[in-house]
Amino acid sequence: MNGPLYIWMIPLLPFAGFLLNGILGSRLPKWLVTTIALLAPLAAFALVLNAARSTFGDGVQSSSLPYVETCPMGWINAGTLHIDFSFVLDQLSLIMLLVVTGVGFLIHIYSVGYMAHEEGYSRYFSYLNLFLFFMTVLVLAGNALLMFVGWEGVGLASYLLIGFYFKKDSAANAGKKAFIVNRIGDFGFLIGMFLLLANFGTLTFSEIATKLGQDPGWQGGVVTVIALCLLLGAAGKSAQLPLYIWLPDAMEGPTPVSALIHAATMVTAGVYMIARTHVLFDHSPFALGVVAIVGAATALFAATIGLVQNDIKRVLAYSTISQLGYMFLGCGVAAYSAAIFHLMTHAFFKALLFLAAGSVIHAIGGEQDLRKMGGLRKKLPITFWTMTAAVLAIAGFFPFAGFFSKDAILYAAYLRGPGGMALWFVGLVTALLTAFYMFRLWYLTFMGEARSPEIHPHESPWSMLGPLVVLALLSVGGGWIGIERFAAFLAPAAGVRTAESAVPHLELILSIAAVLVAFTGWFIADLLYRQKPAQSAQLAAAVPGTYKLLANKYYVDEVYGATVVKPLLGFSKYVLGWVVDVGLLGGLAWLLGGIAMLSGAILQRWQSGNLRSYAAWLAAGAAALLLFVLVPWNAVWPDSMHLLLKVAGR
Amino acid sequence: MNSLSQGVPISWYLLLSAVLFSLGVVGFLIKRNLITVFMSIELMLNAVNLSFVTFAHEWHAVKGQIFVFFVMMVAAAEAAVGLAIIIAVFRARATLAVDRIDLMKL
Repeated sequence: MNGPLYIWMIPLLPFAGFLLNGILGSRLPKWLVTTIALLAPLAAFALVLNAARSTFGDGVQSSSLPYVETCPMGWINAGTLHIDFSFVLDQLSLIMLLVVTGVGFLIHIYSVGYMAHEEGYSRYFSYLNLFLFFMTVLVLAGNALLMFVGWEGVGLASYLLIGFYFKKDSAANAGKKAFIVNRIGDFGFLIGMFLLLANFGTLTFSEIATKLGQDPGWQGGVVTVIALCLLLGAAGKSAQLPLYIWLPDAMEGPTPVSALIHAATMVTAGVYMIARTHVLFDHSPFALGVVAIVGAATALFAATIGLVQNDIKRVLAYSTISQLGYMFLGCGVAAYSAAIFHLMTHAFFKALLFLAAGSVIHAIGGEQDLRKMGGLRKKLPITFWTMTAAVLAIAGFFPFAGFFSKDAILYAAYLRGPGGMALWFVGLVTALLTAFYMFRLWYLTFMGEARSPEIHPHESPWSMLGPLVVLALLSVGGGWIGIERFAAFLAPAAGVRTAESAVPHLELILSIAAVLVAFTGWFIADLLYRQKPAQSAQLAAAVPGTYKLLANKYYVDEVYGATVVKPLLGFSKYVLGWVVDVGLLGGLAWLLGGIAMLSGAILQRWQSGNLRSYAAWLAAGAAALLLFVLVPWNAVWPDSMHLLLKVAGR
Repeated sequence: MNSLSQGVPISWYLLLSAVLFSLGVVGFLIKRNLITVFMSIELMLNAVNLSFVTFAHEWHAVKGQIFVFFVMMVAAAEAAVGLAIIIAVFRARATLAVDRIDLMKL
């Protein structure tokens, strides 16, 4: 590696783009807005590529990593607390940066076509650049506090972009919901940070790892509490049970935003955070178990909801939650490199799925209901083929990207004893469901006859199709690097992969099982949506209770509404609003004001406006003073002075 | 000690000063005419001047005498400004009755 890598420029370039477009964007010509908006992530991506080139150049086990750049000024210096603006480039953040800036750049290009005719073009791109700024800060952060800055920042960008169509009530509400639900997770993150400070005296990841390594006494106990707090934060950001509810609603934002923020990058921040702090989780088997169970439960839970959704973006949203559950499962069985591997391939195929869905929505004039699509294969050939690649990838077919990463996670889970086998089984069932709902979406969108003849679809412009093709290639080939080499590369940053199994060919057997399960899912979807389209309705009618439960997403929103939101709103309105605000605070204000008004009403009689009355009071006062000074009070009334001083409080 | 003209004690001067001052106060309070009120103020000022001079002479301190000049100077300036205001008030309100000049009343 020669010379500095200027990684501090990676966040700052998109930030400059945000400032330029955010402040001047509405007055600049559109081509200039586009140029600024595209140049910022392109330059950032180029810097990341340069960093990757100069570190890969040293071989897989690069000795020059981690590479740290620190702002010489420092940030917080208070007593024993020292926090710097330090950016750390290691194997983990490098992979993440490649995904964030690479996929981010592709989605910027796509957005140029998708948003071409929308209002608020420059606003959209300034938000998108802002998101990249915060996301790269999050990824590069060398300490938990700087990561938290990025963490909150991506939340803000997410909020702004979900509510991009702010004139729509549902969009504004979805933005608020995302922000508030994330707040719960952020609370956990904050508490975790406080505990880290209290117990380790530092927030720098590398120092925490060193301290944990030095003392074998750090086991369970406080480490478990810290890890669980961090898990709460991660679950909020990455839409895991029980905080996943904001993600489906986040689909109110423009589709490229769903692809970039709510599928490929931001929602994976929780997984990244767990991988970044994995030493803590490694020291607490209990917390790891919780991570794994949360992940597996979320994967299965979200997949079942995804089975019956009719909005194309909502199907993908639940699929995202489900796939994030896989990543958590991977983290929970200490296979961090497998989780990051799946994070990467998922970024490719899920971004592609969303972008292709956006292309479909764009083509048929904003319609998102699967039941009104159909027969689009001929009309949108490129969208169709790229989406097919993504569907095959997410369903886990060999040799598409999803196969390798999902397989790595399931294999790692299987090796964790009987509990791990249960997790593996849940993962396998989820894979079946995933294959089913993805092919259901695929059949309903592209196959059969057009169900709405009044729609005249047209293929999207090349600015949208180009990114689709690139992502399709990545979805096909993104996993070919293989988990062994990927894990070997990540090992210095994300820990060593778990030991091999004693059973020969176990990995192969599990892979074959996974592919068979995927085929089964495809077959069922084929049966229900191609061969006998009427059957799906009959099946739904046969189990009305279950269908209704799934279609209403297990009534989780309603349950939360009744148990959390409503009591909280009631408490805010009646106790805080009426008793505290109107009663206590308002009463206090009225009391003070009343005293002032009453004394004013009495004293204003002195302000008669009559000159001679003022003079009379003045003379009376002077006379009183004179009396006070001249009369020998002690002679008239012994001890009177003493009494006066006592009254005055001396 | 007693260096005023032989036989006239200091208390007489002070008593005269107090009487003059009280006359001024009473005049200020009971008179309606603004000019008379003004003259009452001058009377009070001069009563004070008298006591200044008395004490200055009594204690051989020149400060009191200087103070008297200050008071006279300020009184002169006050008279100039005050009379101008009185004329302005009379032009505006066509009266000099103090009780009726009450625009500042709430």
